[in-house]
Amino acid sequence: MTTTPTATADAPPAPQGGAAGGAPKRSLASRIVSRVGGGVLQVLLVVVAVFWLLPTLGLFVASLRDEADNNATGWWTALLAPAQLSLDSYGRLLGDSGFTSSFWNTVWITVPSTLLVVVIASLAGYAFAWMEFPGRDWLFLVVVGLLVVPVQVALIPVAQMYGFLGIFGSIGGVILFHVAFGLPFAIFLLRNFFAGIPRDLLEAARMDGGKEFTIFRRVIIPLGGPAIASLGIFQFLWVWNDLLIAMVFADTGSQPMTRALQSEMRQFGTNIDVLAPGAFLSLIVPLVVFFAFQRYYVAGTLAGSVK
Amino acid sequence: MAEVVLADVSKVYPDGTRAVDRLNLHIADGEFLVLVGPSGCGKTTALRMVAGLEEISEGTLRIGERTVNSVPARDRDVAMVFQSYALYPHLTVRQNIGFGLELRKVPKEEIRRRVDEVAKTLGLEDHLDRKPRNLSGGQRQRVAMGRAIVREPRAFLMDEPLSNLDAKLRVQMRAEISRLQRQLNVTTVYVTHDQVEAMTLGDRVAVMKKGVLQQVAEPQELYDRPVNLFVAGFIGSPAMNLLQGSVSSADGAWWVTLGENRLRLPDEVLQARPGLRERAGAELIVGIRPEDMEDAELGGADDADGGADRLLRSKADLVEALGSELLVHFGVAAPRVVTEDTKELASAAGAADLADIATTPLGGDTAPESVLVARFSPRSAVREGAPVAVRVDTSRLHYFDLDGGAAIWE
Repeated sequence: MTTTPTATADAPPAPQGGAAGGAPKRSLASRIVSRVGGGVLQVLLVVVAVFWLLPTLGLFVASLRDEADNNATGWWTALLAPAQLSLDSYGRLLGDSGFTSSFWNTVWITVPSTLLVVVIASLAGYAFAWMEFPGRDWLFLVVVGLLVVPVQVALIPVAQMYGFLGIFGSIGGVILFHVAFGLPFAIFLLRNFFAGIPRDLLEAARMDGGKEFTIFRRVIIPLGGPAIASLGIFQFLWVWNDLLIAMVFADTGSQPMTRALQSEMRQFGTNIDVLAPGAFLSLIVPLVVFFAFQRYYVAGTLAGSVK
Repeated sequence: MAEVVLADVSKVYPDGTRAVDRLNLHIADGEFLVLVGPSGCGKTTALRMVAGLEEISEGTLRIGERTVNSVPARDRDVAMVFQSYALYPHLTVRQNIGFGLELRKVPKEEIRRRVDEVAKTLGLEDHLDRKPRNLSGGQRQRVAMGRAIVREPRAFLMDEPLSNLDAKLRVQMRAEISRLQRQLNVTTVYVTHDQVEAMTLGDRVAVMKKGVLQQVAEPQELYDRPVNLFVAGFIGSPAMNLLQGSVSSADGAWWVTLGENRLRLPDEVLQARPGLRERAGAELIVGIRPEDMEDAELGGADDADGGADRLLRSKADLVEALGSELLVHFGVAAPRVVTEDTKELASAAGAADLADIATTPLGGDTAPESVLVARFSPRSAVREGAPVAVRVDTSRLHYFDLDGGAAIWE
C-alpha cells in the first residue's frame, strides 16, 4: 500500500521566482515620483515621531536633574552639562512609602481588573457567538447598548451604592467599577472575533468528541489569541492610566499612582523632582506589558484551516 | 463499524420548510453510499443529521443497534470529513490527526502509534510537524481524511470532500478514497453534487431532489433504469437527450415518432415495457443517451437493413472533438421537454436562463426544435454544417410520462 503518486503530485507550491523575468520597466518620471514620494513620507514620519517623543525625552532628562537645576534652566541644557544628571530623584521617590504603596495599589487594581475582564468576556463572547439560548440576541443588544453609557453618568449613583455596600474607597470597589465598565466593549470585541471563526472548526471539534468547554479551551482560546491579547493590553493601559475613577472611588489608602502624582501637583512653583520620575516609573510598566504581548498580534492565525 | 438506518427522517425548519422529507435509507455495514443531487436538495442536511450537527425533526436514526436521535455528535462515534477540511490551524498535522483520540483520553503512546500508522497510509509521514497553512490543498485534504480514519469510527461521513481540489487532484483523491474505504471497510455516507464522483465511488447511489429521495440503486442500475425524468437527466454526462414524442403501431411494427422522424422499436422493448402499449399514440417523453446514437455512415448495425428504419436525419450544428469521441449537436423537429424537473436540472447546471429563453410553446404553429447531443466514434467524418444521419439504438431508449415524469414500465 503506497501513496507515492499522490505524494509527489501535490507538493506545496514552490515560490515563483526567476520565471517572471523581473519587474516590468517603469518610466523615469514615475520612478522619480516614487523615490521622492517615499523620501518625503519618511521625513514626515521622522518629524512626527520626534514631535511625539520629545516631551517624553524631556520628562526623562528632567527626572534625572535636581530641583534647583530644573527650576533654573530648561531640561535641554542637561544635554550639554551631563554632570547635572543623577538618579537621586528616583532614589528619593522609591524611598517614599507613600509613593511605593500607591505603585502597588495601581498593580493591585490593574491586574485583577484586566484578568477579570478578559476571562469573563472570553466566556461571554463564546456564549454569545456560538451557544444557543433563548434571548441571546436581545441580551447581546443590551450589552452593545451599554457601550454608549458614559462613565460620568454612573459616578454618583455608583458612589451612593458603594457607600451603601461599604466598599467606597476600597481597592475592590475600584476594580469592580473598572470591570463593569470594561466588559461591554470587551464582550463586543471578543464575540465578534469568535463569531468569525469558521463554524466547521467548531463542528469538527464537536465530532472529534469535544464538550462545550473543551472546544472553548482547545479551539476558541488559541485561535482567539490575537484578539484576547489586544483586549488585555487595552484594558491594562486604560486601568493603569485611569485618573477619574481613582479620584472618585479611591481614598488616600487605596489610591493608585495617577492620583498620588496628581495630588503632588501644585498651583505655584513645581516639584518636578517628584512628578517627573513618578510619571516615568508609571510609564515603564505599560511599555513592558505592551512589548511582552505585541508578538501575539500575529496576523493570519487562521490560515490553512478551511479552504 | 455499523449499519446506518434512516427511517422517515425529516428536517423541518421553523418556517415550515421541509429540507429533508421522510428520508428512508438502509446503509449496510461497510457499504459506501453516495448522496447526490443539485444544491439545495437536502443531501448535506441529511448528512448533518446523521452526524448529529443538525437536529432530527421527525423520524428515527439508528447507528448500529442504537437509536441516536438524541445522542450528541461527540457520542455517536462517527467521523466527518468537511468540505472545507476544518483543520485546526494552531495545531500541527500530528496534533490535528490525534485531536479526537486525545479528547477521548487515549494513552499518549497509543495516539502516537495510531497517528504514525495513519500518516503512513496517507503518505503524510514527512509533514507531521507542519501546520495546515504550510500544506497544499491535497495534503490538507488527506489530513482531514486522517483525522477521520484514526478514530476508527463506526461510520465515515463525507461532505463534498473533493470539491476544493483542482480537477486532476480530484481524480487522484477519488481513487484514494475509494481504495481506503474498501481497505478499511467502514460504512460511509458521502455527499456530492458531482454525478461522476457518485457513480465511481458509490456501492449504491441515492439521488435526492428538493428534500425527497428519488431513487437508491447501484450506479449501473441508476444509469440504465432511472425511475423518473429527474434521475435520468441528472445522471450521465453529457445529459440524456429529452424530447417529446409518441409511440404507436403501424405497418405491423411499433414505432417511436420524434417530430418528422419515425424510428422502429424492437419487440423486446414492448415486452419489457408493456406500459407503452397502453399509451400508444399519446404524447410522452423520450430519452436518448448520447452514446446510444451513432453516425449511420459508419455502418456496424447488426440488423439486416443496416438500421435504415431508425435514423434521425438532421444537420450537424456543432461538432466537439474530444479525441476519444465526437460530441455532435444537431436539431430535431420535436418539442423540447420543459417540466419542473428539466428546469431544476438546468439550474443545477447553471443554465436556468437558457432553459427559459428556448422554451417553445407546446403544440404551437411554428415547428419546435430540440437540440440533441450524440456521442460519435472519432472515426466519423461528420462536419459542422453538413447533413448527418444518426442511427439510434432504439432498444435502449427511455420513456417517461409527460405528467409527473415517472418512467414507463408497467
